[in-house]
Amino acid sequence: MSDTAITTPGAATPTKQSGGLLSAIFSRLVILVPYIWLLVFFLIPFFIVFKISLSVPATAMPPYEPVINGIADFFAKLKDFSFDNYVWLTDDPLYINAYLRSLWIAAVSTFLTLLIAYPIAYGMARAPASLRPTLLMLVILPFWTSFLIRVYAWIGILKPEGLLNQVLMSLNIIDSPLIILNTNTAIFIGIVYSYLPFMVLPLYAALEKMDYTLIEAANDLGCPPFSAFWKITFPLSLPGVVAGCMLVFIPAVGEFVIPDLLGGTETLMIGKVLWNEFNANRDWPVSSAVAVILLLLLIVPIMMFQHYQAKAQEAGR
Amino acid sequence: MESLGSIRRSFAPWANPDAKPYIFFDSVTKRFGDFVAVNNLSLKIYEREFFALLGASGCGKSTLLRMLAGFEEPTSGRILLDGQDLRGIPPYKRPVNMMFQSYALFPHMTVEQNIGFGLKQDGMPKDQIAQRVGDMLKLVKLTQFAKRKPHQLSGGQRQRVALARSVAKRPKVLLLDEPLGALDKKLREETQFELMDLQQELGLTFVVVTHDQEEAMTMADRIAIMDKGEVMQVATPAEIYEAPETRFVANFVGNVNMFEGAVKSRKGDEVRIEGGSGAEIIVHNAGAAEPGKSVAFAIRPEKIRVSSKKPPAGDNAMQGEVYDIAYLGDMTIYHVKLDDGQVVKTATMNAMRISGDPLTWGDKAWISFSPDAGVVLTR
Repeated sequence: MSDTAITTPGAATPTKQSGGLLSAIFSRLVILVPYIWLLVFFLIPFFIVFKISLSVPATAMPPYEPVINGIADFFAKLKDFSFDNYVWLTDDPLYINAYLRSLWIAAVSTFLTLLIAYPIAYGMARAPASLRPTLLMLVILPFWTSFLIRVYAWIGILKPEGLLNQVLMSLNIIDSPLIILNTNTAIFIGIVYSYLPFMVLPLYAALEKMDYTLIEAANDLGCPPFSAFWKITFPLSLPGVVAGCMLVFIPAVGEFVIPDLLGGTETLMIGKVLWNEFNANRDWPVSSAVAVILLLLLIVPIMMFQHYQAKAQEAGR
Repeated sequence: MESLGSIRRSFAPWANPDAKPYIFFDSVTKRFGDFVAVNNLSLKIYEREFFALLGASGCGKSTLLRMLAGFEEPTSGRILLDGQDLRGIPPYKRPVNMMFQSYALFPHMTVEQNIGFGLKQDGMPKDQIAQRVGDMLKLVKLTQFAKRKPHQLSGGQRQRVALARSVAKRPKVLLLDEPLGALDKKLREETQFELMDLQQELGLTFVVVTHDQEEAMTMADRIAIMDKGEVMQVATPAEIYEAPETRFVANFVGNVNMFEGAVKSRKGDEVRIEGGSGAEIIVHNAGAAEPGKSVAFAIRPEKIRVSSKKPPAGDNAMQGEVYDIAYLGDMTIYHVKLDDGQVVKTATMNAMRISGDPLTWGDKAWISFSPDAGVVLTR
């Protein structure tokens, strides 16, 4: 009895150890892959952009200096770098206004998207189980058409002689066409429309797994349905609300296509400013500085999001 | 324990024809599309009663409970609670509370907040809520867990939080949907007694839905056996077990041996039943059995004696062969195959350490039972 007890693990140990070593190396490699990805496609480009943001514009190719050739050259030219571009961003109210306006437009659109997406997601989650895949499909369906074409289509709908005004006027609801295109309203419509699925899907995921007997329990304890929604359903869907808001807010802040096509010339959003600095002014250093600041601004909500997710996972929900 | 037993024995409002029912299901029918979940059912439940609805899944017992809670409305008929018709009253205005099978604890609230939820809804002042919640926590022995969230509790603790939450509002009636279904066997047995004590202490009317006959037998004052949306029998656990009215009830609760036959003669309360193989059974409590009728004689395994020797005259006796033996420690189960092929289950308490009658597989054996040991079933 004791003999077998000693020999059996003894025989098994060497193979197990080598297997353990291999799998340890393999699991390290697996973890390494996303880090390498981040390094190559995020961190290195970021430092290139950051470096350009510390340069000065020049009529050359590339249109800034100093240009660095090799590591030794980097240290030689270190003294040429300056934060002047960042100071410049704070000097000109155009940039600060563009940042604030972008944050405000993104915040309002995110709120509007949430307002529209919540009932949709709720309806989907409460629909018969056999119907849900179809509804989910319908939410994803717009992605089958190019984003750019869908935004162009809105020009056709919103312009003074467009579809919307024709319908409203033929129904005698309005006398003269509404001016929607080239206003902030058009930007809100565009952002809400484009990002709605990103809000609906996480909300649906959160609401779908909620146990409906919780609502019955709340009713049973004297809580009417509407009040039960705010006390039970909404708090339990908060992870979905936060995820959806982040997925809409973060890309909406830097949005370029929608304000450019629907917002007209006066709309000042940071994505458009960046585009102008880069293409029209050919000022790579300033546009790089704009991009770096935008990234720092967005890191705050992303960190909040991650913190919330970590907390939600810890709660096991 | 003895005093409790005597209190319970004297508690029998259903035997009093003048007693007013507390809950009255008056010809209630509930249909879901074509499916009839509850079929023209009438049932009276009395104040402070511990009432059990027992049946297999899909028999309509949960629908009955949900109609009482207000989550479903009857298709026809009415439900009265303390004389008040409940039709049209939404769940949040009914003076009943329910303990859900899944417990349905609010995951984002602490134990304290869960228990206080209903009280807060009623607009009870904060200090009173705190006091009541404290009392409830003490009652279910969870005081030190007040600040925990449900996911930080064990299954048994969650069950007690759900219980505390459902009684915190002092409802007129507490509805319990499979209250012990999610607990393991040992915990379930302990909790059965805790529930009974709690019901006594709070003086509430309990209606419990269960598919577990042992649970119903242990806890309830009366049990309603349900099948296909209808009540088969309403009686105390002892009556259900000893005097089932139908073959279904006899089969559903506990183990039973059935002898099908025809009534040969009746003299007062004594009938002679002739089985298929010609064996005759004499029964003293004949019930509704009339000569010529085909009936079933039902007898519980523990009421049958097994012996290698011929039993004394006066008892019913049949001969057979020991077919199977199961030694369970406290008792021994013998399966005896009669000469006509029927297998009879018997259970013998092992009162002595060593059995005096060592029967073994294949032995010829007699089974015997007194004329008072079983019942005659006409339905």
